Amino acid sequence: MNLLNIKDVNKNFKQENGRQLEVLRNINLKIKEKEFISFIGPSGCGKSTLLNILAGLIPVSSGQVMIKNKIIQNPGNDRVMVFQEAALFPWLTVIENVLFGLKIKKIDKKKAYQKALEQLKAVQLDDFKDSYPHQLSGGMKQRVAIARSLVLDPEILLMDEPFGALDEQSRLMLHRQLIKLWQKTEKTIVFVTHNIREAVKLSDRVIVFGSNPGRIIEEFRIDIPQPRDRENSALIRIENKILDLLEEEIESRGENTYEKIAT
Amino acid sequence: MKKLLPKTIFILLILAVWQFLFKLNIWPDFLFPSPGMVTSTLIEGFKDGTFTFAITASFKRLLIGYSLSLLFGLMLGVLIASFQLVEDTIGPFILALQSVPSVVWLPLALLWFSMGERAIIFVVVLGGTWNMVINASTGIKNVQPVLIKAAKTMGVNKIQLFWKVILPAAIPHLITGMRLSWAFSWRALMAGELIGSGDGLGQILMWGRDMGNMSLVITVILLIGSIGYLTDNFLFKKAEKVVLNRWGLNSK
Repeated sequence: MNLLNIKDVNKNFKQENGRQLEVLRNINLKIKEKEFISFIGPSGCGKSTLLNILAGLIPVSSGQVMIKNKIIQNPGNDRVMVFQEAALFPWLTVIENVLFGLKIKKIDKKKAYQKALEQLKAVQLDDFKDSYPHQLSGGMKQRVAIARSLVLDPEILLMDEPFGALDEQSRLMLHRQLIKLWQKTEKTIVFVTHNIREAVKLSDRVIVFGSNPGRIIEEFRIDIPQPRDRENSALIRIENKILDLLEEEIESRGENTYEKIAT
Repeated sequence: MKKLLPKTIFILLILAVWQFLFKLNIWPDFLFPSPGMVTSTLIEGFKDGTFTFAITASFKRLLIGYSLSLLFGLMLGVLIASFQLVEDTIGPFILALQSVPSVVWLPLALLWFSMGERAIIFVVVLGGTWNMVINASTGIKNVQPVLIKAAKTMGVNKIQLFWKVILPAAIPHLITGMRLSWAFSWRALMAGELIGSGDGLGQILMWGRDMGNMSLVITVILLIGSIGYLTDNFLFKKAEKVVLNRWGLNSK
């Protein structure tokens, strides 16, 4: 069943010089329940903008986005977002950060604490529950951010380059943890990244975006069971195909629009 | 503790120069007292309760004026940060007001409120408010957008967003504002007490002038400086350090 239905979405931003910048053109996409889907593309291709639209943080210019036949206009409890910068509240301890959303939902204190602690255990940070964010490494912060989102039990987890600022080792570890959490909780995950290998390794489906204006140029279905071996030849084939596709884009659109195509 | 030695030597050096100048007898004793005379004035002043009484009176005014500055400063700061129209209209006005030494308001205050307590408090409020406005609005405007986004996706409404995210995120700036505001209020208070009336430290200083007792004047100056230094160093700098640490803003 389709959980998210993105229909004819266009998004323009008004620039400071008064001209309209076309960020997204004609986006059509259906996302299934429990699917792990990645948006990949160069910076400026509108993939993060689309994610923000799904979160209800910014409105579409035309078209509509529906979650189970309900039009998305505002943020909602069914969707929670994880950001590249972790975005933890520095004045709260780790567990208080995880409790934040539960308090907003006015969940009974004892129950909320129990839930938060459980979620911290799931990301193996229960020993750090009374630490402050600045005492944690980047990878740990990101795990807290994931716990803070999952504790709200959303149907959809929106992730905006969540591991983009991490070193390779933490990233690999978080990949493994994220896949485990995903399999256990059966959430739908929409994952934005500019890292092709990351997208291919994690996702059921990879949507490749081009820029100027941002649009979908191709999608790849990846039916390889998790956990995936990065030497898997089918994975490498898809990875190369995506790379070729993005290179083609560079040639047809000019190099200066591409800064961040990493493998 | 290592730093204590050079500090002590420096203070002893100053005392020595002071004593030396005193011995030169350029001015008469009552105009240029020795360190010893000032020390005994200090001890006597505390013994007979004059200073304790004056400091208490000054602090009472200061706390009233300072609290009002913080309140007005925060409210105006929030308004400026929230509404572009308020920023465009009141913003430049605040910057201009900030550059007006608050004692300048005293003639007006004295006429409006007569010689009383309220005139001095008025001046203290005018001294402390503007820095708080500027720091509060900067703090609120500089809250990381991603924190606001994160809170929104977790379902906060506008009121919760302000109290649970924007205000705490602005605390490092607010503390700086509180510290500057305190320093300016303190100066304004002393200026106000010199010219106005009442029974604070400033009045005692004027009293010393009128009686030709420079030992008393110097003692009060030392008290004013020490109190300013102690509150800044032990109250505000400490608080600022704790906050910067907690917020992860320390350069270390």
